[in-house]
Amino acid sequence: MKTVRIDAKGMHYTPLNQKIRAAVADGAEEIILDNILGQRFIGDGLRGNVRITINGVPGGDLGMFMSGPTCIVNGNAEHAPGNTMDSGMLVIHGSAGDAVAHGMRGGKVFIKNNIGYRGGIHMKQYEVEARPILVVGGTAHSFLGEYMAGGLVLVLGIGKEKAMTDRGIGSGIHGGEIIIRGDVDDYLLGVGAKKFEFTESDLERISPVIKSFCEHFDLDPAEFLDTNYTRIGPASSRPFASKYVWE
Amino acid sequence: MNYFSKMSHVSFGGNYLEIRRLSRKLLASHSFLFISRVIKMCGIIGFIDRTKSRMDGSSIKAALSLMNERGSGDGAGYAAYGIYPEYADYYALHVFFDNLAEPKKKVDELLQQWGEIVHQEEIPTTPQPGIRKVHTPWRYFFKPSGDLMAGRMDSEKDVVTYIVMEVNANVKGATIFSSGKNMGVFKASGWPEDVANFYRIENYKGYIWLAHNRYPTNSPGWWGGAHPFNLLNWSVVHNGEITSYGTNQRYVEGYGYKCTLFTDTEVVAYLFDLLGRQHELPHEMVVRALAPPFWDDIDRMPEKEAELNKAVRLTYGSALMNGPFAIVVGTDDGIVGFTDRIKLRPLVVGENGSKLYISSEEAAIRVLDPEVKNIYTPRAGEPIIGRFIE
Repeated sequence: MKTVRIDAKGMHYTPLNQKIRAAVADGAEEIILDNILGQRFIGDGLRGNVRITINGVPGGDLGMFMSGPTCIVNGNAEHAPGNTMDSGMLVIHGSAGDAVAHGMRGGKVFIKNNIGYRGGIHMKQYEVEARPILVVGGTAHSFLGEYMAGGLVLVLGIGKEKAMTDRGIGSGIHGGEIIIRGDVDDYLLGVGAKKFEFTESDLERISPVIKSFCEHFDLDPAEFLDTNYTRIGPASSRPFASKYVWE
Repeated sequence: MNYFSKMSHVSFGGNYLEIRRLSRKLLASHSFLFISRVIKMCGIIGFIDRTKSRMDGSSIKAALSLMNERGSGDGAGYAAYGIYPEYADYYALHVFFDNLAEPKKKVDELLQQWGEIVHQEEIPTTPQPGIRKVHTPWRYFFKPSGDLMAGRMDSEKDVVTYIVMEVNANVKGATIFSSGKNMGVFKASGWPEDVANFYRIENYKGYIWLAHNRYPTNSPGWWGGAHPFNLLNWSVVHNGEITSYGTNQRYVEGYGYKCTLFTDTEVVAYLFDLLGRQHELPHEMVVRALAPPFWDDIDRMPEKEAELNKAVRLTYGSALMNGPFAIVVGTDDGIVGFTDRIKLRPLVVGENGSKLYISSEEAAIRVLDPEVKNIYTPRAGEPIIGRFIE
């Protein structure tokens, strides 16, 4: 396997991303980035099957418009990793900032710990072939899955008494589903969001996702493979119809 | 009263005459630039060493520069506390003069009328290719005279506040942009490194630092509009917009403050002075007044807490700030960070022993302190407070 190693200490994101693109064009299958600190837009618009290991804290919009590659972050991430990502995977061994998986269209974003506000905002999907998945090991702040149009958001609440304690979950949701381990207080639901029963078939559907998440973070999936989840989805397909349409 | 005479200076809310008047005033200063509405960022940093161990400005410059993407080169600034120990009993007045003739004569006269200037000098600067020196930054070390104040003003701080408002509203060609004790603001139009190098920021050592990288959106970029905004020992750096600016401005103007700097953030410094100094609210309660919980959250609180929160909302309804914001305030006894109630701007906190860091981005904190511990994002409206250890 062709591996390229880049020391990014003090490097601006423009030359860094140029080096990454050049390496991919040159046939690199694995790229290791050392001393990353705040460089934005890593892997943006990148295509192919390359695996990028990021040692440090990458800047905002990691993997934006990315199509195919896998980015492993050994550290936290800033705002909006997975922004409008098309396919591929982000695995973050830490926490991430606001607007994680913003407008994501496909692929997977796995976060070991917590995320900030508006995780999964405006995620969307196209039938079954492009269905984005965001999994959060810890908890998320308010407006999780805001204006969500498709895809899956899963919050496991590892180490938390309650997986979600912040309000506005699924505010304006009109497609997709938010699945949260344990009970969710009614007042935490956003406008247009509704709780649905979590069934055995739902568990069957999400167990490959749980297993894959656990594999990446070396966790035992057994304790997450029960039906102790709350499923949240849209109360209607057009939650704001009466606000914006006059008939 | 004529409607226009009551209009705010800064509410560019479609008032043609007001905009024209402002544009002319700004054109006259040769330093304005109108930017159309684009994605608003701004980068902010707050730092405190709670044991008052001082740090020079070089690393805060490096940390701020890391977030250059958040700015547009139209303004940057730094506030440092603990930099003037030899003049710790005097108010350090930092002034932008358009020229050192008439405007300076007027300020000199006003200061001599109200007290004693123990020392004054041009703030040392080094020319930078990226900075056009449209103002001369000057500093006075000033003490209001005790006998003059008897029966006229409540305290030295009221005298200094009066002088700042008087100069900024009525002395053409002079702007007092910093007026605290043993602290100072250094700001200009330009990129973070250029502004830092211009003021030789590495020569100052402070136990509190605030830094700001500006991306002006709905108000002009000019030296006085760069952050931090300051009054007395309150300094404010802000990312976002105060959309309730008009309401907040009318509120503080009722107490004699004058908003003259064409930027919404100015009012935050005056709100902190009004609520924190004049009304003597603790920092936590000031934040509670400016970014209060929603009514339905209050309804779920235990009775006593709900009662207090209702009282704060009813008393300080006009101080409530709407719109997206992440703010760090420097104060006499520490720093205070908070965001708007639905967290429309980023804020990250880090700690390491006696040091507390608050910033728009985690990476900026890690530039300041690679060993930083306990990094987290605070909740919307939650006050993050670092106070000195006695």
